[in-house]
Amino acid sequence: MNIEMEKIGMDPKERIARRVAQEIVPGTLVNLGVGLPSMVANYVPAERGVFFQAENGVIGLGARPPEGMEDKDLTDAGGGFVTAVPGAASIDSAMSFGLIRGGHLDMTVLGGLEVDENGHLANWKVPGKMVPGMGGAMDLVAGARRVVVAMQHSARGASKIVPVCTLPLTAARRVDLIVTDLAVIRPGEDGLTLVERAPGVSVDAIVEATTAHLNVPDNVPEMRLD
Amino acid sequence: MKQALRSSEAAERMPDGATVLIGGFMGVGSPHRMIDALVARGIRGLTIVANDTARPGLGIGKLITAGAVARVITSHIGLNPETQARMLAGEIEVDLVPQGTLVERIRAGGVGLGGILTATGLGTEVEEGKQVIEIEGRRYLLELPIRGDFALIAAHRADYVGNLEYTLTAHNFNPIMALAADTVIAEAEAIVPVGVIPPDAVKTPGVLVDHLLGRAA
Repeated sequence: MNIEMEKIGMDPKERIARRVAQEIVPGTLVNLGVGLPSMVANYVPAERGVFFQAENGVIGLGARPPEGMEDKDLTDAGGGFVTAVPGAASIDSAMSFGLIRGGHLDMTVLGGLEVDENGHLANWKVPGKMVPGMGGAMDLVAGARRVVVAMQHSARGASKIVPVCTLPLTAARRVDLIVTDLAVIRPGEDGLTLVERAPGVSVDAIVEATTAHLNVPDNVPEMRLD
Repeated sequence: MKQALRSSEAAERMPDGATVLIGGFMGVGSPHRMIDALVARGIRGLTIVANDTARPGLGIGKLITAGAVARVITSHIGLNPETQARMLAGEIEVDLVPQGTLVERIRAGGVGLGGILTATGLGTEVEEGKQVIEIEGRRYLLELPIRGDFALIAAHRADYVGNLEYTLTAHNFNPIMALAADTVIAEAEAIVPVGVIPPDAVKTPGVLVDHLLGRAA
Protein backbone atom coordinates (compact mmCIF):
# COMPACT_ATOMS: atom_id res chain seq x y z
CA MET A 1 0.00 0.00 0.00
CA ASN A 2 1.48 3.36 -0.93
CA ILE A 3 1.46 6.29 1.45
CA GLU A 4 -1.48 8.06 -0.22
CA MET A 5 -3.67 4.99 0.11
CA GLU A 6 -2.77 4.76 3.80
CA LYS A 7 -3.88 8.35 4.30
CA ILE A 8 -7.20 7.75 2.57
CA GLY A 9 -7.76 4.73 4.76
CA MET A 10 -6.72 6.65 7.87
CA ASP A 11 -9.17 6.77 10.76
CA PRO A 12 -11.34 9.91 10.23
CA LYS A 13 -10.55 11.29 13.68
CA GLU A 14 -6.82 10.82 13.16
CA ARG A 15 -7.10 12.60 9.81
CA ILE A 16 -8.83 15.57 11.48
CA ALA A 17 -6.31 15.67 14.35
CA ARG A 18 -3.31 15.56 11.98
CA ARG A 19 -4.70 18.37 9.86
CA VAL A 20 -5.54 20.58 12.85
CA ALA A 21 -2.04 20.02 14.25
CA GLN A 22 -0.64 21.91 11.23
CA GLU A 23 -2.53 25.02 12.38
CA ILE A 24 -0.64 25.18 15.67
CA VAL A 25 2.01 27.90 15.59
CA PRO A 26 5.34 27.33 17.40
CA GLY A 27 5.67 28.95 20.80
CA THR A 28 1.98 29.58 21.38
CA LEU A 29 -0.54 28.81 24.14
CA VAL A 30 -3.27 26.43 22.96
CA ASN A 31 -6.35 24.93 24.63
CA LEU A 32 -7.69 21.63 23.27
CA GLY A 33 -11.26 20.59 24.06
CA VAL A 34 -12.07 17.13 25.39
CA GLY A 35 -12.54 14.20 23.01
CA LEU A 36 -11.38 14.50 19.40
CA PRO A 37 -9.63 17.89 19.85
CA SER A 38 -7.40 16.46 22.58
CA MET A 39 -5.97 14.01 19.98
CA VAL A 40 -4.35 16.96 18.18
CA ALA A 41 -1.55 17.09 20.77
CA ASN A 42 -0.35 13.67 19.55
CA TYR A 43 0.70 15.26 16.25
CA VAL A 44 2.42 18.38 17.56
CA PRO A 45 6.15 17.68 17.94
CA ALA A 46 7.75 18.83 21.21
CA GLU A 47 10.26 20.95 19.22
CA ARG A 48 7.41 23.28 18.32
CA GLY A 49 7.52 24.61 21.87
CA VAL A 50 3.76 24.79 22.27
CA PHE A 51 2.21 25.03 25.74
CA PHE A 52 -1.14 23.32 26.06
CA GLN A 53 -3.55 24.71 28.62
CA ALA A 54 -6.12 22.63 30.45
CA GLU A 55 -8.69 25.05 31.81
CA ASN A 56 -8.97 23.15 35.09
CA GLY A 57 -5.62 24.61 35.96
CA VAL A 58 -2.41 23.75 34.13
CA ILE A 59 -0.30 25.39 31.45
CA GLY A 60 2.05 22.82 29.99
CA LEU A 61 -0.11 19.74 29.83
CA GLY A 62 1.87 16.59 29.02
CA ALA A 63 1.06 13.07 27.90
CA ARG A 64 -0.71 10.45 29.97
CA PRO A 65 1.62 9.05 32.68
CA PRO A 66 2.63 5.38 32.74
CA GLU A 67 0.13 3.01 34.35
CA GLY A 68 0.40 3.23 38.13
CA MET A 69 2.38 6.51 38.04
CA GLU A 70 -0.64 8.86 37.99
CA ASP A 71 -0.92 11.84 40.32
CA LYS A 72 -4.48 12.13 41.63
CA ASP A 73 -4.14 15.94 41.60
CA LEU A 74 -3.03 16.27 37.98
CA THR A 75 -5.76 15.78 35.39
CA ASP A 76 -7.02 17.43 32.22
CA ALA A 77 -10.41 19.11 31.89
CA GLY A 78 -12.01 15.76 31.04
CA GLY A 79 -10.79 14.31 34.34
CA GLY A 80 -8.17 12.06 32.70
CA PHE A 81 -4.71 11.70 34.25
CA VAL A 82 -1.97 13.73 32.58
CA THR A 83 1.59 14.89 33.24
CA ALA A 84 3.09 18.37 33.20
CA VAL A 85 6.01 19.29 30.93
CA PRO A 86 9.14 21.13 32.14
CA GLY A 87 8.21 24.80 32.38
CA ALA A 88 4.61 24.03 33.35
CA ALA A 89 2.59 26.21 35.73
CA SER A 90 -0.38 25.29 37.90
CA ILE A 91 -3.04 27.98 38.23
CA ASP A 92 -6.46 28.47 39.79
CA SER A 93 -9.69 28.82 37.80
CA ALA A 94 -9.73 32.64 37.95
CA MET A 95 -6.24 32.83 36.42
CA SER A 96 -7.13 30.11 33.93
CA PHE A 97 -10.17 31.94 32.60
CA GLY A 98 -8.43 35.29 32.89
CA LEU A 99 -5.95 33.92 30.35
CA ILE A 100 -8.79 32.73 28.12
CA ARG A 101 -10.94 35.87 28.21
CA GLY A 102 -8.02 38.27 28.38
CA GLY A 103 -6.63 37.53 24.93
CA HIS A 104 -3.65 35.50 26.21
CA LEU A 105 -4.80 32.24 24.65
CA ASP A 106 -3.56 32.04 21.06
CA MET A 107 -5.85 29.26 19.89
CA THR A 108 -8.51 26.82 20.97
CA VAL A 109 -9.66 23.65 19.22
CA LEU A 110 -13.19 22.56 20.06
CA GLY A 111 -15.64 19.91 18.96
CA GLY A 112 -18.95 20.90 17.42
CA LEU A 113 -22.55 19.75 17.05
CA GLU A 114 -23.30 22.32 14.31
CA VAL A 115 -21.54 25.18 12.54
CA ASP A 116 -23.49 27.46 10.22
CA GLU A 117 -22.95 29.83 7.27
CA ASN A 118 -22.28 32.70 9.70
CA GLY A 119 -19.49 30.63 11.26
CA HIS A 120 -21.51 30.31 14.45
CA LEU A 121 -20.81 27.24 16.58
CA ALA A 122 -23.30 25.22 18.63
CA ASN A 123 -21.71 22.63 20.89
CA TRP A 124 -23.18 22.61 24.40
CA LYS A 125 -26.81 21.59 24.41
CA VAL A 126 -29.44 19.55 22.57
CA PRO A 127 -32.65 20.85 24.17
CA GLY A 128 -34.70 18.12 25.83
CA LYS A 129 -32.14 15.43 25.01
CA MET A 130 -28.67 16.25 26.22
CA VAL A 131 -27.84 19.17 28.47
CA PRO A 132 -24.25 18.74 29.56
CA GLY A 133 -23.66 22.45 30.11
CA MET A 134 -21.19 24.78 28.48
CA GLY A 135 -18.30 24.21 30.87
CA GLY A 136 -15.54 26.45 29.54
CA ALA A 137 -16.68 26.44 25.90
CA MET A 138 -18.44 29.82 25.90
CA ASP A 139 -15.43 31.56 27.43
CA LEU A 140 -13.10 29.80 25.00
CA VAL A 141 -15.05 30.78 21.89
CA ALA A 142 -15.61 34.35 23.10
CA GLY A 143 -12.03 34.85 24.28
CA ALA A 144 -9.47 32.83 22.31
CA ARG A 145 -7.58 34.69 19.58
CA ARG A 146 -8.30 31.90 17.12
CA VAL A 147 -11.04 29.25 17.24
CA VAL A 148 -10.75 26.03 15.22
CA VAL A 149 -13.63 23.56 15.15
CA ALA A 150 -12.58 19.92 14.76
CA MET A 151 -15.47 17.57 14.09
CA GLN A 152 -16.83 14.85 11.84
CA HIS A 153 -18.50 16.33 8.76
CA SER A 154 -21.76 14.48 9.42
CA ALA A 155 -23.52 12.77 12.31
CA ARG A 156 -25.83 9.81 11.53
CA GLY A 157 -25.78 10.82 7.88
CA ALA A 158 -26.83 14.43 8.56
CA SER A 159 -24.55 17.36 7.71
CA LYS A 160 -23.21 19.18 10.78
CA ILE A 161 -22.42 22.19 8.61
CA VAL A 162 -25.81 23.82 8.21
CA PRO A 163 -27.34 27.03 6.79
CA VAL A 164 -28.34 28.29 10.26
CA CYS A 165 -27.68 26.55 13.58
CA THR A 166 -30.82 24.93 15.00
CA LEU A 167 -29.14 24.24 18.37
CA PRO A 168 -28.36 26.91 20.99
CA LEU A 169 -25.22 28.87 20.07
CA THR A 170 -22.02 28.75 22.09
CA ALA A 171 -21.11 32.33 21.16
CA ALA A 172 -22.00 35.07 18.69
CA ARG A 173 -18.39 35.07 17.46
CA ARG A 174 -17.51 33.69 14.02
CA VAL A 175 -15.10 30.76 14.30
CA ASP A 176 -11.91 30.92 12.22
CA LEU A 177 -11.62 27.45 10.68
CA ILE A 178 -13.54 24.17 10.44
CA VAL A 179 -11.65 20.91 9.92
CA THR A 180 -13.63 17.74 9.23
CA ASP A 181 -12.82 14.27 7.94
CA LEU A 182 -13.81 15.49 4.46
CA ALA A 183 -12.74 19.10 4.21
CA VAL A 184 -11.19 22.28 5.54
CA ILE A 185 -13.68 25.16 5.46
CA ARG A 186 -13.04 28.84 6.22
CA PRO A 187 -15.91 30.98 7.49
CA GLY A 188 -15.77 34.62 6.43
CA GLU A 189 -17.81 37.74 5.65
CA ASP A 190 -19.11 36.06 2.47
CA GLY A 191 -20.03 32.73 4.08
CA LEU A 192 -18.22 29.41 4.07
CA THR A 193 -15.38 28.74 1.63
CA LEU A 194 -14.09 25.27 0.86
CA VAL A 195 -10.30 25.54 1.06
CA GLU A 196 -9.08 21.92 1.14
CA ARG A 197 -10.47 18.47 0.53
CA ALA A 198 -9.42 15.19 2.17
CA PRO A 199 -7.23 12.90 0.04
CA GLY A 200 -9.35 11.07 -2.52
CA VAL A 201 -12.51 13.05 -1.72
CA SER A 202 -14.01 15.08 -4.58
CA VAL A 203 -15.40 18.60 -4.33
CA ASP A 204 -18.76 17.25 -5.49
CA ALA A 205 -18.82 14.70 -2.68
CA ILE A 206 -18.17 17.44 -0.11
CA VAL A 207 -20.85 19.75 -1.52
CA GLU A 208 -23.23 16.76 -1.56
CA ALA A 209 -22.51 16.02 2.12
CA THR A 210 -23.02 19.64 3.24
CA THR A 211 -26.42 21.33 3.68
CA ALA A 212 -24.83 24.78 4.07
CA HIS A 213 -23.86 26.71 0.94
CA LEU A 214 -20.14 26.44 0.22
CA ASN A 215 -18.16 28.89 -1.91
CA VAL A 216 -15.99 26.68 -4.11
CA PRO A 217 -12.85 28.21 -5.66
CA ASP A 218 -11.50 26.89 -8.98
CA ASN A 219 -8.73 25.06 -7.25
CA VAL A 220 -9.36 23.11 -4.02
CA PRO A 221 -6.13 21.34 -3.08
CA GLU A 222 -5.95 18.11 -1.09
CA MET A 223 -5.08 18.49 2.58
CA ARG A 224 -1.57 17.46 3.56
CA LEU A 225 -1.54 14.85 6.28
CA ASP A 226 2.00 14.83 7.62
CA MET B 1 -4.50 28.92 66.04
CA LYS B 2 -7.50 26.99 64.78
CA GLN B 3 -9.33 24.27 66.66
CA ALA B 4 -9.28 20.98 64.80
CA LEU B 5 -12.85 19.92 64.05
CA ARG B 6 -14.13 16.47 63.17
CA SER B 7 -15.95 16.29 59.84
CA SER B 8 -19.10 15.04 61.61
CA GLU B 9 -19.02 18.10 63.92
CA ALA B 10 -18.57 20.41 60.95
CA ALA B 11 -21.51 18.77 59.16
CA GLU B 12 -23.73 19.26 62.24
CA ARG B 13 -23.11 23.02 62.05
CA MET B 14 -24.54 23.15 58.53
CA PRO B 15 -28.34 23.48 58.37
CA ASP B 16 -30.63 21.97 55.75
CA GLY B 17 -31.25 24.41 52.90
CA ALA B 18 -27.87 26.13 53.16
CA THR B 19 -26.05 27.58 50.16
CA VAL B 20 -22.70 25.84 49.94
CA LEU B 21 -19.71 26.58 47.70
CA ILE B 22 -17.75 23.37 47.11
CA GLY B 23 -14.28 23.30 45.56
CA GLY B 24 -13.14 20.77 42.98
CA PHE B 25 -13.11 19.91 39.31
CA MET B 26 -14.48 16.45 38.52
CA GLY B 27 -13.62 15.46 42.09
CA VAL B 28 -10.01 16.67 41.89
CA GLY B 29 -9.44 19.12 44.75
CA SER B 30 -12.84 18.42 46.31
CA PRO B 31 -13.36 18.24 50.10
CA HIS B 32 -14.17 14.52 50.11
CA ARG B 33 -14.31 14.06 53.91
CA MET B 34 -16.77 16.92 54.30
CA ILE B 35 -18.91 15.58 51.47
CA ASP B 36 -19.00 12.13 53.11
CA ALA B 37 -19.94 13.71 56.45
CA LEU B 38 -22.82 15.67 54.87
CA VAL B 39 -24.13 12.51 53.22
CA ALA B 40 -23.86 10.66 56.56
CA ARG B 41 -25.71 13.47 58.37
CA GLY B 42 -28.56 13.17 55.82
CA ILE B 43 -28.54 16.89 54.98
CA ARG B 44 -31.33 18.09 52.65
CA GLY B 45 -32.30 20.99 50.43
CA LEU B 46 -28.83 22.33 49.70
CA THR B 47 -28.05 24.89 47.05
CA ILE B 48 -24.65 23.88 45.76
CA VAL B 49 -22.33 26.16 43.83
CA ALA B 50 -19.56 24.18 42.14
CA ASN B 51 -17.80 23.83 38.81
CA ASP B 52 -19.47 20.47 38.11
CA THR B 53 -21.31 17.64 39.83
CA ALA B 54 -18.55 15.08 39.18
CA ARG B 55 -20.02 11.65 38.57
CA PRO B 56 -22.11 9.19 40.60
CA GLY B 57 -20.08 7.86 43.52
CA LEU B 58 -17.45 10.60 43.29
CA GLY B 59 -17.24 13.91 45.18
CA ILE B 60 -20.30 16.12 44.73
CA GLY B 61 -21.93 13.26 42.82
CA LYS B 62 -22.46 11.56 46.22
CA LEU B 63 -24.57 14.50 47.43
CA ILE B 64 -26.65 14.38 44.24
CA THR B 65 -27.26 10.63 44.61
CA ALA B 66 -28.12 11.05 48.32
CA GLY B 67 -30.92 13.49 47.44
CA ALA B 68 -29.25 16.28 49.44
CA VAL B 69 -29.43 18.89 46.70
CA ALA B 70 -32.37 21.10 45.67
CA ARG B 71 -30.50 23.44 43.38
CA VAL B 72 -27.10 23.56 41.74
CA ILE B 73 -25.32 26.50 40.14
CA THR B 74 -22.64 24.99 37.93
CA SER B 75 -20.93 25.03 34.54
CA HIS B 76 -21.15 21.36 33.62
CA ILE B 77 -23.24 18.30 34.51
CA GLY B 78 -22.40 16.25 31.41
CA LEU B 79 -20.49 13.51 33.22
CA ASN B 80 -23.17 12.91 35.85
CA PRO B 81 -26.26 11.30 34.28
CA GLU B 82 -27.90 11.32 37.73
CA THR B 83 -27.87 15.14 37.86
CA GLN B 84 -29.37 15.27 34.37
CA ALA B 85 -32.06 12.72 35.22
CA ARG B 86 -33.04 14.55 38.42
CA MET B 87 -33.09 17.85 36.54
CA LEU B 88 -35.40 16.43 33.86
CA ALA B 89 -37.60 14.91 36.60
CA GLY B 90 -37.88 18.34 38.25
CA GLU B 91 -36.16 17.22 41.47
CA ILE B 92 -33.11 19.46 41.08
CA GLU B 93 -33.02 22.95 39.66
CA VAL B 94 -29.89 23.46 37.57
CA ASP B 95 -28.52 26.90 36.67
CA LEU B 96 -25.82 26.54 34.01
CA VAL B 97 -23.19 29.27 34.08
CA PRO B 98 -20.12 29.55 31.82
CA GLN B 99 -17.10 28.38 33.82
CA GLY B 100 -15.14 31.62 33.63
CA THR B 101 -18.22 33.62 34.56
CA LEU B 102 -18.95 31.30 37.49
CA VAL B 103 -15.53 31.74 39.05
CA GLU B 104 -15.60 35.52 38.56
CA ARG B 105 -19.10 35.82 40.06
CA ILE B 106 -17.86 33.96 43.14
CA ARG B 107 -14.75 36.13 43.20
CA ALA B 108 -16.92 39.25 42.98
CA GLY B 109 -18.95 37.97 45.92
CA GLY B 110 -15.77 37.46 47.88
CA VAL B 111 -13.89 40.66 47.13
CA GLY B 112 -16.61 43.26 47.49
CA LEU B 113 -17.47 43.84 43.85
CA GLY B 114 -21.07 44.48 42.83
CA GLY B 115 -20.76 42.28 39.74
CA ILE B 116 -18.60 41.72 36.70
CA LEU B 117 -18.85 42.61 33.02
CA THR B 118 -18.00 39.86 30.54
CA ALA B 119 -18.48 39.28 26.83
CA THR B 120 -18.89 35.54 27.47
CA GLY B 121 -22.46 34.47 26.75
CA LEU B 122 -23.40 37.45 24.56
CA GLY B 123 -25.74 36.36 21.78
CA THR B 124 -26.55 33.05 23.53
CA GLU B 125 -29.18 31.76 25.97
CA VAL B 126 -26.93 33.03 28.78
CA GLU B 127 -27.79 36.60 27.80
CA GLU B 128 -31.54 36.12 28.43
CA GLY B 129 -32.88 38.39 31.16
CA LYS B 130 -29.54 40.08 31.77
CA GLN B 131 -28.49 43.69 31.48
CA VAL B 132 -26.12 44.48 28.58
CA ILE B 133 -23.73 47.34 29.25
CA GLU B 134 -21.64 49.07 26.60
CA ILE B 135 -18.17 50.28 27.57
CA GLU B 136 -16.04 52.10 24.99
CA GLY B 137 -18.06 50.64 22.15
CA ARG B 138 -17.90 47.02 23.36
CA ARG B 139 -20.86 45.11 24.76
CA TYR B 140 -20.74 43.11 27.99
CA LEU B 141 -23.17 41.14 30.15
CA LEU B 142 -23.61 42.26 33.73
CA GLU B 143 -23.15 39.15 35.88
CA LEU B 144 -23.99 39.35 39.58
CA PRO B 145 -21.96 38.20 42.59
CA ILE B 146 -22.43 34.83 44.25
CA ARG B 147 -21.83 34.15 47.94
CA GLY B 148 -22.38 31.09 50.10
CA ASP B 149 -23.41 30.47 53.67
CA PHE B 150 -20.54 27.98 53.71
CA ALA B 151 -17.50 27.23 51.57
CA LEU B 152 -16.00 23.77 51.70
CA ILE B 153 -12.38 23.96 50.64
CA ALA B 154 -9.84 21.20 49.90
CA ALA B 155 -6.13 22.01 50.24
CA HIS B 156 -2.87 20.13 49.93
CA ARG B 157 -1.49 21.38 53.24
CA ALA B 158 -2.75 23.60 56.04
CA ASP B 159 -0.80 25.00 58.98
CA TYR B 160 -2.09 25.56 62.53
CA VAL B 161 -3.32 29.09 61.75
CA GLY B 162 -5.21 27.88 58.66
CA ASN B 163 -2.90 29.05 55.88
CA LEU B 164 -3.55 26.86 52.86
CA GLU B 165 -1.35 25.56 50.08
CA TYR B 166 -2.69 23.82 46.98
CA THR B 167 -1.16 21.52 44.40
CA LEU B 168 -1.35 21.16 40.60
CA THR B 169 -4.89 21.00 39.17
CA ALA B 170 -6.39 20.70 42.66
CA HIS B 171 -6.37 24.51 43.00
CA ASN B 172 -9.31 25.14 40.65
CA PHE B 173 -12.15 26.96 42.46
CA ASN B 174 -10.80 26.49 46.02
CA PRO B 175 -8.75 29.70 46.51
CA ILE B 176 -11.60 31.81 45.09
CA MET B 177 -14.38 30.14 47.08
CA ALA B 178 -12.44 30.62 50.33
CA LEU B 179 -13.17 34.36 49.93
CA ALA B 180 -16.89 34.13 49.33
CA ALA B 181 -18.75 32.49 52.22
CA ASP B 182 -19.82 33.44 55.73
CA THR B 183 -18.21 30.30 57.13
CA VAL B 184 -15.19 28.65 55.51
CA ILE B 185 -14.35 25.06 56.37
CA ALA B 186 -11.07 23.67 55.02
CA GLU B 187 -9.77 20.15 54.90
CA ALA B 188 -6.17 19.40 54.01
CA GLU B 189 -4.24 16.25 53.25
CA ALA B 190 -1.71 17.24 55.88
CA ILE B 191 -1.61 19.76 58.74
CA VAL B 192 1.83 21.14 59.46
CA PRO B 193 3.29 23.49 62.09
CA VAL B 194 3.28 27.23 61.44
CA GLY B 195 6.28 28.19 59.33
CA VAL B 196 6.44 24.98 57.30
CA ILE B 197 4.40 26.56 54.50
CA PRO B 198 6.50 29.56 53.40
CA PRO B 199 4.56 32.85 53.16
CA ASP B 200 5.10 32.96 49.38
CA ALA B 201 3.44 29.55 49.00
CA VAL B 202 0.27 30.49 50.91
CA LYS B 203 -2.59 30.87 48.41
CA THR B 204 -5.36 31.22 51.02
CA PRO B 205 -4.37 33.22 54.10
CA GLY B 206 -5.51 31.58 57.34
CA VAL B 207 -7.56 34.64 58.30
CA LEU B 208 -10.13 33.49 55.72
CA VAL B 209 -10.50 30.01 57.22
CA ASP B 210 -12.98 29.58 60.07
CA HIS B 211 -12.60 25.87 60.71
CA LEU B 212 -10.00 23.27 59.88
CA LEU B 213 -10.83 19.59 59.83
CA GLY B 214 -8.48 17.59 62.04
CA ARG B 215 -6.40 14.86 60.50
CA ALA B 216 -8.35 11.91 59.16
CA ALA B 217 -8.87 9.36 61.94
